[in-house]
Amino acid sequence: MSEPVLRVENLTIDIPMAQGTLHAVRGIDFELKRGETLCIVGESGSGKSLTSLAIMGLLSKKMRCNAARLDFSGIDLRKQSPRAMRALRGDRMAMIFQEPMTSLNPAYTIGDQLMEALQLHRPVGRAEARARAIELLGKVGITAAESRLSQYPHQLSGGLRQRVMIAMALMCEPELIIADEPTTALDVTIQAQILRLLADLQREMNMAMILVTHDLGVVARIADKVVVMYAGEVVEKGSAREIFETPRHPYTRGLLRCIPVPGKTRPGEHLGSIPGIVPSLIGHMDGCAFRSRCDVAEVACASDVPVRRTGEDHMYRCIHEVQPGAPS
Amino acid sequence: MSTTTTTQAAAAQAVAPEAGATPVLELAAVTKTYRVKQGMFSAARPLHALGGVSLRIYRKDVLGLVGESGCGKSTLAKILLGLEAPTSGQVLIDGREVTARERTVLARRIQPIFQDPYSSLNPRKSIEDIIALPLVVHKIGDSASRAKSVARMLDLVGLPQRVLRGYPNQLSGGQRQRVAIARALVMNPEIVICDEPTSALDVSVQSQILNLLGDLREELGLTYLFISHNLAVVEHLATRVAVMYLGKIVEEAPAAELFAGPRHPYTKALLESVLTPDPNLSVPDTHLGATYPNPIDPPSGCHFHPRCASALEICKTTPPPHVRSAQGHVDCHLHAVPAH
Repeated sequence: MSEPVLRVENLTIDIPMAQGTLHAVRGIDFELKRGETLCIVGESGSGKSLTSLAIMGLLSKKMRCNAARLDFSGIDLRKQSPRAMRALRGDRMAMIFQEPMTSLNPAYTIGDQLMEALQLHRPVGRAEARARAIELLGKVGITAAESRLSQYPHQLSGGLRQRVMIAMALMCEPELIIADEPTTALDVTIQAQILRLLADLQREMNMAMILVTHDLGVVARIADKVVVMYAGEVVEKGSAREIFETPRHPYTRGLLRCIPVPGKTRPGEHLGSIPGIVPSLIGHMDGCAFRSRCDVAEVACASDVPVRRTGEDHMYRCIHEVQPGAPS
Repeated sequence: MSTTTTTQAAAAQAVAPEAGATPVLELAAVTKTYRVKQGMFSAARPLHALGGVSLRIYRKDVLGLVGESGCGKSTLAKILLGLEAPTSGQVLIDGREVTARERTVLARRIQPIFQDPYSSLNPRKSIEDIIALPLVVHKIGDSASRAKSVARMLDLVGLPQRVLRGYPNQLSGGQRQRVAIARALVMNPEIVICDEPTSALDVSVQSQILNLLGDLREELGLTYLFISHNLAVVEHLATRVAVMYLGKIVEEAPAAELFAGPRHPYTKALLESVLTPDPNLSVPDTHLGATYPNPIDPPSGCHFHPRCASALEICKTTPPPHVRSAQGHVDCHLHAVPAH
């Protein structure tokens, strides 16, 4: 087995607030090898986006980030200077954001922005950078790539802009690519195309990919491994098959019952739901954060929650030993 | 929470339009043309946002309206709400024409629920004021009867009475959407236009709102126009589905029929792009190569032909025929009845 590209152990992110410290991410672990796709799923406020920003070194200075280990290809990211992080970002690790309009500079052409991404990190001339930009635009399925170089972001549709973002992220052939809700702002038809493109390119370039999303349909179709986050914690982790076919944690099971699935849920029938809201993450927290919304919660849930393992990589955090088929 | 009410499931099945029944809401050949300038010095050019839309919605139906961004879904909703006047064509309620000038007539019977509960509620008004506002605007009742209506609405949408004095920023996304629903229902409308009502919400909250919308329809006999790009949600709730492409309805059919056997190639592509949570499948190839066309410069013939995998020669030159079926229609050359 190859060495993991990314190794995260006991990552915590705290945000000091007027009312106290907000524990946004509370000790999460995962690792990722080349060629693998890891999906981080969770609802708003679960800490999934902050986790990806922490890996990229893009957290705001006000936030406090700690980890027992945060290794990227043998580099200890915790010890890198801002300057060293800048050299890594866009070169060996790259990020794709949700809203392509706000992450592209409206005042520069597509060509300028693509070429800059390469010239910032590699000693190449304009002609070479331009050739690479055209090559990558072609790769992400943009026709008439050469004429697109002189266009500005506002002249492109949302789907095209997201393709440009992907091309830009791939300019230096990164080892790790992080996509944060890359298709949420797009139409379903375009969503399928962009995801297919990402999956194909990832395979072709043998990259490691982290996809942050709340869409379980996307996760099932693209992930090798899945991390389910709730209130800053990993509540369940496993292969896509394990998570979707034998989910164990009551939250994962609840989420899967919430979505209508053509052919499985009957039209008009009541969908499952998870009552209540995410607890406040400010101040001291103990026990299972999901217990206030869980229908199998007990008094014991307020004390330490054991981590249970059911397979090589499948783990969940619950006081109950849940059987996959059991009703909950 | 997840009890299955079978009566409800049965009721959600297509309510077949009875022969001779008057649709509660009807659009007859409605067009809407905007004039847009593309550059500082270029002349304004027409943009046909709606190119002759005819649509009937029967009582207690849930008509799902699907299509990509820019296809005219929102323009259609605006016309139904009286926020835009159609360029030509008619809007009929119970068979009687309503003009945009009778906006208040429309507003009493048709109410909207919008996508984003964070921006559709006034942050400086209390929840009570927000829900009561339609009654105030239409000068219905006095303050005592309004307070009573508001209290009843909170019960109906499952919000505790204590939120009355609160403000939107004190509520979660799901609670805000419940407030938006309460505001829409306080006028006792017959038709509710739901414009992407759950797409800004988290998965666990989305299902609660969908359940609520289903229950309210049962309880109050409501009719919905349900605009969404989430086809799984549309299949779950809709009794009929209309598929829009570039300002035209290219296919319309009862939901069960359309999802079981889509006829228009565009409908097929839309259905193929639904990502069901099945880890054994990969991301589908929709074969929709080219991007969405520019509505100012629509393709000739059938607007869909540049993206259509099964386009014929005739599709490039001739607009598609309107092919009726027992319970719907499809606009496509592939389904044309051969001429005698």
